[in-house]
Amino acid sequence: METTTLKKETVRLPESRQPGHFDVEKIRADFPILQRPVYGKPLAYLDNAATTQKPLAVIEAIRRYYNAENANIHRGVYHLSEVATRKYEGARKTVKNFLNAASEKEIVFTAGTTDSINLVAAAYGRKFIKAGDEIILSHMEHHSNIVPWQMLCEETGAKLRVIPINDRGELIFEAYEKLLNERTRLVSIVYVSNSLGTVNPVKEIIALAHQGNVPVLVDGAQAVAHLKVDVQDLDCDFFALSGHKIFGPTGVGVLYAKEKILESMNPYRGGGDMIRSVKFEKTVYAELPHRFEAGTPHIAGVIGLAKALEYVESVGFEAIGAYEKALLEYGQEALSALKKLKLIGTAREKAGVISFVIEGIHPHDIGTWVDRQGVAIRAGHHCTQPVMERYGVPSTCRASLAMYNCKEDFDTLITALHDIIKVFD
Amino acid sequence: MEELKELYQQIILDHNKSPKNYGKMVNCTHASEGYNPLCGDRIKIYAKVENGVIEDIKFEGEGCAIAKASGSIMTALLKGKTVAEAQQLFEEFQHLITSDVRSNVDTEKLGKLAVFAGVREFPTRVKCAGLAWHTVKAAIEKKDEVVTTE
Ligand SMILES: Cc1ncc(COP(=O)(O)O)c(C=O)c1O
Repeated sequence: METTTLKKETVRLPESRQPGHFDVEKIRADFPILQRPVYGKPLAYLDNAATTQKPLAVIEAIRRYYNAENANIHRGVYHLSEVATRKYEGARKTVKNFLNAASEKEIVFTAGTTDSINLVAAAYGRKFIKAGDEIILSHMEHHSNIVPWQMLCEETGAKLRVIPINDRGELIFEAYEKLLNERTRLVSIVYVSNSLGTVNPVKEIIALAHQGNVPVLVDGAQAVAHLKVDVQDLDCDFFALSGHKIFGPTGVGVLYAKEKILESMNPYRGGGDMIRSVKFEKTVYAELPHRFEAGTPHIAGVIGLAKALEYVESVGFEAIGAYEKALLEYGQEALSALKKLKLIGTAREKAGVISFVIEGIHPHDIGTWVDRQGVAIRAGHHCTQPVMERYGVPSTCRASLAMYNCKEDFDTLITALHDIIKVFD
Repeated sequence: MEELKELYQQIILDHNKSPKNYGKMVNCTHASEGYNPLCGDRIKIYAKVENGVIEDIKFEGEGCAIAKASGSIMTALLKGKTVAEAQQLFEEFQHLITSDVRSNVDTEKLGKLAVFAGVREFPTRVKCAGLAWHTVKAAIEKKDEVVTTE
């Protein structure tokens, strides 16, 4: 374990690209891990689509909970339990405000995006989706927004329909219009693709589905750290997110669902906390949203998640959006200048993700090579094997950014890529 | 950088660029497919075994430089060897890539295989080096299922 810390020299983006009041140095200072070296080099963490780093405020909130506030919630009459319950329910309010949901009843804490989607597949899907019905997904879904629906289809006899994508990695909207029909029961779509970076026009997708009264689930895992989400403005019926992709802890996430829909769903998992009364003859389920939160939840995780959302809001999405847009453009331009490098995913609307391949060099070799220069990128299929197949590659390299990344992170990556191209030539 | 140079030695880079025994074989007696679920890489091994001797052997598939060089060097080495000798080499190779980084490498005994000693510094890459070997073992032992590195 290296113990020394390295301070990274950050140079500002060129004046024309330096957006408003965004001070990346100040943000970086809030993230302890960014000060540690990797193989003696400053860390250039560019794997934010896999998971993000945590600011001190989040780490401290979790520490404080375990140090001074730990108790189970919704049970004890004693002081600590009241504190823990207040914090847990307070976090729900933070999430409600963050997503601009209409009510706290619409915010269900889960283990993450995967868990949220599985909840909908089980509690909504099993009740309302039958043999012959259709579920529409896109070609760029993460496996977690494919497999739960496949499992449901296998069980019920429903069918999956897939919206194709064009060479840039954008949904073909006309194909979506054609897929929607009177058998469609649900549209489940990713907001920002984790392997292509494409930002999908979810608002338009939702509006069109609603014309036929079809509900829409939005997989927001990759969106929330980059874009302001307003579930009422989007008018989505379900929205799923993971805490760890927005500077919060792993193992915690959110399912937003419209109250009317949640009310109509079957319970998900049975157990404590999701009931009002239990008799062997009959159980009466608890009110929303507790009906969907069986068992002792990840209390510390929920508290950490709320802190992370507060942190992001204190920076503000306007500043984050402008800064990240400039950084993404900088990274894409610099990478495209490399001979033999091909970007995978060149949608007109993108956020956070740059996937690429280099002719003659396997992504794994690239990943290992740049790692030794302190650069963390992902090499693989990114849990989106259908996307890889679409582009005829087994895997790609992926550099994915967050608001604490800087121009130098990309410069280090590009220097390392120059070296490997030379060595492999 | 030193570890990277150890890993990506010129011999490995050369085999990656122009692998030996690369391609399909139609009249093989043994074939097997290997899969690394971590990266999605696939490799196929074809062998023609007669009277317990590997008369011919080929491989094809997607893979990183380490996996490809391993397939190339391995097939070159196994051609003409008996099945028993191949199994012996498999054991030696496995032992090499999973041994402690600080332990000495018997370059005389291992011959060309010694270039893979560098992967010991890179735990995530040991499976890449081993993929071709696991697949050939399955092929000559006539196992039908796809072998994975897991
Ligand atoms: C678009 C998308 N959806 C869903 C997931 C699954 O998230 P989790 O593993 O946190 O449940 C991910 C994570 O990689 C993702 O990128």
